[in-house]
Formats: sequence, C-alpha cells, structure tokens
Amino acid sequence: MSEENKVLSPLPGIFYRKPSPDKEDYVKEGDPVKKGDTIGLVEVMKNFYEVKAEKDGVLEKFFIENESEIAAGQEIATIS
Amino acid sequence: MIKVKNPGLETTVQDYGRIGYYNVGMPPSGAMDKYSYTVGNILVGNDENAASLEITYMGPVLQFQEDAVIAITGGEIPPKINGESVPMWETLSVKSGDELSFDFVKKGARVYLAVAGGIEVPLIMESRSTYTLCGIGGMEGRALQEGDELTIGTNKKQDVKEGTSLPDEYRLDFSGDNEIRVVLGLCSYRLTEDSKKRFFEREWTVTTEANRVGYRFKGERLHFMEREQPFGAGSNASNVVDLGYPIGSIQVPDGVEPIALLNDAVTGGGYVTICTIISTDLDKMAQVKTNEKVRFVSVDIEEALQARNEYRDTVEKVRQFVAK
Repeated sequence: MSEENKVLSPLPGIFYRKPSPDKEDYVKEGDPVKKGDTIGLVEVMKNFYEVKAEKDGVLEKFFIENESEIAAGQEIATIS
Repeated sequence: MIKVKNPGLETTVQDYGRIGYYNVGMPPSGAMDKYSYTVGNILVGNDENAASLEITYMGPVLQFQEDAVIAITGGEIPPKINGESVPMWETLSVKSGDELSFDFVKKGARVYLAVAGGIEVPLIMESRSTYTLCGIGGMEGRALQEGDELTIGTNKKQDVKEGTSLPDEYRLDFSGDNEIRVVLGLCSYRLTEDSKKRFFEREWTVTTEANRVGYRFKGERLHFMEREQPFGAGSNASNVVDLGYPIGSIQVPDGVEPIALLNDAVTGGGYVTICTIISTDLDKMAQVKTNEKVRFVSVDIEEALQARNEYRDTVEKVRQFVAK
C-alpha cells in the first residue's frame, strides 16, 4: 500500500468520527471522499482539530475506533 | 519580515515572561520550556529575553521575506527548509524566499523558533509574551493566523557562526521516564495519608485538557481529611480559604483529576494545592503530550534548589560553548 493512501493524525488526543455525539459519522467505510472533506476530529488542548482527506477516492478502512486515544503519526484510515 | 502561510495548531510569540505582576493577578505567560527557549536565543546570539515562536504539536509554515539566522530547539518536531530536513539545536541561516515547515511531532510537545533579533511585537507590561485568555501581548494577543506578517527585531547581542551545533549533552533527552519532581504543600495536610501515598505511587495520564494554562491528569479519586469547613472556604472538601497559587502547583478540585497550573493559569483561588512542580521540571512537564503518563516524585526544597543551580550551570556552559 502506498504511503499516500494513509491518513495520519498530526496530533495526539482523542479521535472522533462524528461532529457531535448525536450526529452521523462524517464518513463511513466504502464512502467516496473528496480532497478537503473532514473525516474525523482530534480533541486536544480543549480544541477540536478537523482531519481532512488529502485526495479524492474511497475511504477504504478506519484503523481507529470512535472516542479512542490517538498518538501523533498514528494511522487513522486509508483512502484508495 | 516572516510571512505566516499556515499557523500550525497553536503558535504563539513568547519571551521569558511577564514577570512581576503575579500579585495583581497577571500570570507570567512566557515560554513553557524555558531551557529550550533560552538555548535557542543563545544559538542566534540574541538577548536572552528576545521573543521567539512557541510551536505546539503541529508546526507552522513560514516564509522568510528577508535573510535571517535561526535556531530550532525543544522537542522533536523535525524542521525542513524548502522541503529539505535541517537539524535542530543548530545555528542555521535562511535566505529571503525560503520556506520553513515541520514534519509530524516525534518527541516532546513543543519547539521554539529563535530568530536573530527576536520577533518584534509591542511590549505589554514589559513583555512580548502572548496571554491568549486576556488577549494581550504577542501578535494581537492571540496565536498566529494565516497571513500574519512577523517583524524581526533588533534584540541581537552578537553574531553566532552558522553551523554552531549544540553537543548532545546539552540537548533535551527524552529517553528517561516522565518523572516530575514536586515539593509537598501548601495544603497537602488536607489529603488523607492513604491518598498522599497513592498520589506518588501511581502513574497519572495527561488528558486532552492540557495546554498553556494547565495540565489535567486522569488516575484515581483522592480523598481529603474530614473537617468542618472554615469560614471563607467553599463547602467542598477540596476547598480552602483563598490563597495564592504557586506556578506549577497541583490542585485537585473535588478530589478528581489533579490539575497542574502552568504559565497562563489563574494566580489564586480556593482549591487545595497539594504540591508544586519544581521550576526546572516545569520545562519537562511542558514537553509531555496528551495521553502520556507521568509519575510525581516528592523532593525537599534543598534538592529543588540544587536542581535549579545545576540548570543554571548548564545554561552557562551552553553560553560558553556558543561564545567560543
């Protein structure tokens, strides 16, 4: 798998797949995504940072569950 | 002039701090990791209170619009000039048009960008440090934003030769455990003996609520001695009659989730502070990331002062090394 397909977290924190607890996921596995689409949030320093797709494609797989701890540089998902 | 093409997560202008106003409720702000900040200024020949950029977790993208001498110190957020990796802890020269960017954070949480001459912003209460909660100091009282233009100042004392590289012994070492030394007090007498013991026995995890104001930790509930609350204290067992909070003091509101108060924190209030991080270890605390674990170690004031003297010796050795 090429490195370019990986979406990595630039930050440590807590990862969320949805904008708020009562909302739908930003994107589900198998959904098409466009460059710049938000695919999740990382909570850190009392703020939320939007993780965006860096290319057009299909979101193949998430490697981290909603509301779990994430490290900087950890793989979030792949886009093919 | 330095143009901000991307501000990073939270990049602020900081100097040594707004010292001398704590008694009127103004926290010092200033660089969280003083050692890295100070060494950065030494490596570019600056006055040691010159303002630098404090970069947290995610680096900015900066374009230099004039030639400059810079140094990047602190945690490991690998810097690149025009896409090529450049070393940290070294005097670097950049040309007008060069672009400085950073890779993902590898170690630590913060790096400092020192520029020969310092970052020029207005002095507010004798400091250029940004205090975002009050919106004063630094760049209009806030973190950098895309499109900002930073002026390079004149706080340079001497020239430092390009390529001056700090030996490993003077660079931050992240191989050790995150042991943070504290001095017990002011209100540790309020904890039960068992809770006092548990506080030092266990590891505490840094939560997402960790920034320049304070670091909040997860672990276990701590318990206080039973008593009838005195006049002037709140009704919770973690309340005391208002007192000044030492910088680096750790309070435990309601016994859950200890909070270390740092550079931008409130200066006083009515919560029990159980111990205070020693000044040298505040630098270490500033380099601990969310989700990482720390252990607190109790030391006496003599050991804290000895650590401070050793710190000053190290800074002096760095000065002499760079001056050679």
